[in-house]
Amino acid sequence: MKSLFSKSFWQERDVEMFIGQQLRWGVITASIIAFIGGIIYLIKNGGNVPSYTEFTGAPEYVRHIPGILQGVARFDGMAIIQLGVVVLLATPITRIAFSILAFAMEKDVLYVIITLIVLGVITFSIFSGLGG
Amino acid sequence: MSILVFTLILLAGAFMAGMLGSLTGLGGGVVLIPLLTVVFHVDIRYAIGASLVASIANSSGAAAAYIKEGITNVRIGMFLEIATTTGAIVGAILAVYTRTDVIAILFGIVLLFSAAMTLRKKNEHGDNTSTSKLAETMKLNGSYPVNGVEVPYKVRGVAGGYALMTVAGVVSGLLGIGSGALKVLAMDGVMRIPFKVSTTTSNFMIGVTAAASAVIYLQRGYIDPGIAMPVVLGVLAGAFGGSRLLMKMNTRKLRLLFCVVISALALEMIYNGFTGKL
Repeated sequence: MKSLFSKSFWQERDVEMFIGQQLRWGVITASIIAFIGGIIYLIKNGGNVPSYTEFTGAPEYVRHIPGILQGVARFDGMAIIQLGVVVLLATPITRIAFSILAFAMEKDVLYVIITLIVLGVITFSIFSGLGG
Repeated sequence: MSILVFTLILLAGAFMAGMLGSLTGLGGGVVLIPLLTVVFHVDIRYAIGASLVASIANSSGAAAAYIKEGITNVRIGMFLEIATTTGAIVGAILAVYTRTDVIAILFGIVLLFSAAMTLRKKNEHGDNTSTSKLAETMKLNGSYPVNGVEVPYKVRGVAGGYALMTVAGVVSGLLGIGSGALKVLAMDGVMRIPFKVSTTTSNFMIGVTAAASAVIYLQRGYIDPGIAMPVVLGVLAGAFGGSRLLMKMNTRKLRLLFCVVISALALEMIYNGFTGKL
């Protein structure tokens, strides 16, 4: 049990505070981007009728990062919103990456390995091609 | 109905979902999916994509607040995330082979279960008598502050908890929800972790679990920008601003109301699933 007055306790708290801050910034950045994209999207398409009763899937170009970035470059509202979504998805994943660092600073090898496994599973999920 | 009106109504709905999600600890998804499918007649696949995004927004937003208090057990969370993320990928694979009416029925059942879970008696104090070797080796035991004093707790049922977490992951990946109710059941019911710790740790895990399957669903086109935008903004505003509003309210009555509404929506979804109206 770590004492409240030991140095390591406070160092760990610092890391946790940092991770907390990183989460908040990730969420704020994501919502600002989605908001800007949303305005552009609504100005252009606000008068149309939504069609979500039949599943056709989101437009092909907003399903992967290269397509999203190309869309952002031509100020496409949908692509900008989707960039916000990507930032949001990246937030918990970055958190895992920072946790590896935090456990390494504590010299906790077991949890560096466990966290690497979690990151590995998510990385597999991204590049597995399971999304088709 | 124009896209503008659709967006504004959805924004208000997502705000409510974010508020209720943070109050009950179940995340925004359990409210969002029935709202989108039953009320807006949106295809359940779009609803699943939107719900995953909402779960991540809700989790990250709330986690930022909770870490400061130092009650999240990051080790328990990380260890069990191996189970939930692998489960989530399995769920996302299963989703391809599962008919949408079956998904709707399954979702209704999980919804009823979640509603029941919010009303049950909580494991307030945890216990300190476990002699689990595995918990010792994996460094899962910890302590949390109660009125400024650190109270230690010991974890039991590690294997059972891990197994149940895998199921929670599969459900999360298949139905697009955080499955916070199953996570709390595993940590609270099986592993005997104090309620305060299990709720915040579950919340910590929801974002990571949802991200594991969301990256697959993004590539499948389940996440549509037109739905994602009002959902993200609404849920976040609900989770951030709503928690203040809720402090002044009678949460017990609100919980009860929430359960009634959720149960009604769940039955509607099960009915729609059986009659093929989704």
